[in-house]
Amino acid sequence: MALVFQTLITGLAIGGIYSLMAVGYSLIFSILNFSNFAFGMIIMLASFIGYFAMSTGYVNLGVALFLAMAGAGALSFFNERIAYSSLRKRHAPPLYFMISAMGTSIFLENMVYATIGSQYKAYPQVFKVPTISIFGASLGKMDLFAIIFSIVAIWFLNYFIQRTRTGISIRAASYDAAIAEINGVNLGAVIGLVFVLAGFFAGISGIFLGVKYMAYPNMGWITNKAYVAAVIGGLGSLPGAVTGGIILGVLESFVSVYISSTLRDVFSFGALIAFLVIKPSGLFGKYLEEKV
Amino acid sequence: MLSFISPYYQSVAILAMINAVSAVGLAVFTGFTGLMSLGHAAFIAVGAYSCAIATKIYGLPFAVGLLLAGLIAGLTSLVIGIPTLRAKLRSDYFTIATLGFGEAIRVLLENLSITSGARGMPGLAHYSTLLPTFIVLALVVFFTRNFIFFRYGRMAVAIREDHIAAEMAGINLFKVRLRSLFFSAVCAGVGGALMAHHVRFIQPNMFTNVQSTLLTATVVAGGMGSITGPIIAAVIFAIVPEVLRVAEMWRLVAYGAILVAIMVLRPQGIMGYREISLSGMIRFCRRLVGTGPGSKGGTAP
Repeated sequence: MALVFQTLITGLAIGGIYSLMAVGYSLIFSILNFSNFAFGMIIMLASFIGYFAMSTGYVNLGVALFLAMAGAGALSFFNERIAYSSLRKRHAPPLYFMISAMGTSIFLENMVYATIGSQYKAYPQVFKVPTISIFGASLGKMDLFAIIFSIVAIWFLNYFIQRTRTGISIRAASYDAAIAEINGVNLGAVIGLVFVLAGFFAGISGIFLGVKYMAYPNMGWITNKAYVAAVIGGLGSLPGAVTGGIILGVLESFVSVYISSTLRDVFSFGALIAFLVIKPSGLFGKYLEEKV
Repeated sequence: MLSFISPYYQSVAILAMINAVSAVGLAVFTGFTGLMSLGHAAFIAVGAYSCAIATKIYGLPFAVGLLLAGLIAGLTSLVIGIPTLRAKLRSDYFTIATLGFGEAIRVLLENLSITSGARGMPGLAHYSTLLPTFIVLALVVFFTRNFIFFRYGRMAVAIREDHIAAEMAGINLFKVRLRSLFFSAVCAGVGGALMAHHVRFIQPNMFTNVQSTLLTATVVAGGMGSITGPIIAAVIFAIVPEVLRVAEMWRLVAYGAILVAIMVLRPQGIMGYREISLSGMIRFCRRLVGTGPGSKGGTAP
């Protein structure tokens, strides 16, 4: 029983990070309807920003989070302006967006290999006593902090999207971009803003991933889990992204403990394909056939 | 034979032809049905391992290994193709599914005992010399040409242009798409088998989704809907890094930038829908000389 509880706690800790990544990814999917493969690389770069900031020794976790969010927000914004905006203007099919995203992703990843190198960069220790004990299960203080911070960040995002005027225009644009534009939504600005918001989430998850697993150029593979989480929850749906992330984290944690830790990723990607085939709308999403 | 070409140039030429084999296969799928795969590295990997195991462990001849590689890679494609294509997933959802499938296959290869896991299989025989590779490429191009210019190819083009209209016209979407996926996977498998016996060492991490993306990039850069375009792109992608003589990562940095640039500036790729053919070249030469039917009316307005 203690092992089950410990497995659940471990799963929730990683699931929280998956949720953060999936939220950022889903935000972009909801508005442009394509899979932004470059998102993982922005997470990786955010992780490096956090590492370099914290390893100077003058910067604490809070400031590093702020810097990574700002940096990732800017990167994400320019990513859209350079690689996607001209495609959007000529109404290119999603295929072209995805290829452009893949190009950006290959570019950024190898840029990091070429300039920073392939070594793993370990963050300095944040807490003196790293773990606390809850009902016999141990939980990293950093994980606890990550979960609380994630909940707060997602709550803020939800408030912003549901309650503010700008949030309404984002929702309108994600529902139907053309109609929203006719009704006076500045589509270019809204999409830019969505990319900045997604960048903020990339920044947060980059730091938390870096503290947990170190920062390295090949981090992209772990961000693939963001797509899996988003598909489970329903692509483009924010509550879906959060739920999908947590389900995936817990599922992976149980698979590694009770079945096989090496086959964990086979299960995750198997779940991805199963969901796409059986229930492409995921748990909370809307699935639209391609329009005629 | 052919020993007057230095081993170095031979090696570059072989690499270019191997790239072309897989690229032509994928061109049939992506270029002619409009679905993008980010999991074709999995089929290349399956082909490479099938052939390596067949020749090294079971001692079968290379030709049998090649056929087995194509067949097993093709059958593997049905595992992902049948459920996803039957479900008629939207193109972007399909791409994500292939991405997941590619990763899953790679993780499996890393953990099976027959593939010796992540350590890989060293010491494969050097079968992929210039002539066999060229023969395979010629055969693949021949079959591809037949596939494209006959019934299924026409149906595939109809589907790419407008799959709903194609379906209304009585084309079985699932069957045509599955057939072209199968065909492309067979080509990828054969390409992988050639690669295994050219590099003579295979390892699961040679077949990541970066490899899949580069293959798709080759097709896109060459022009979706063309066969000669992707071949030209495959050759360019093999030769340029050798000419530039730069480290692997800078090469990939350039690939990434080129990919974005193509999408932003020239989305139709090098060739677009056009082909290079013998008659086309003759027409072009005639136009240059200023005789023949092509020159009437002048070339420039």
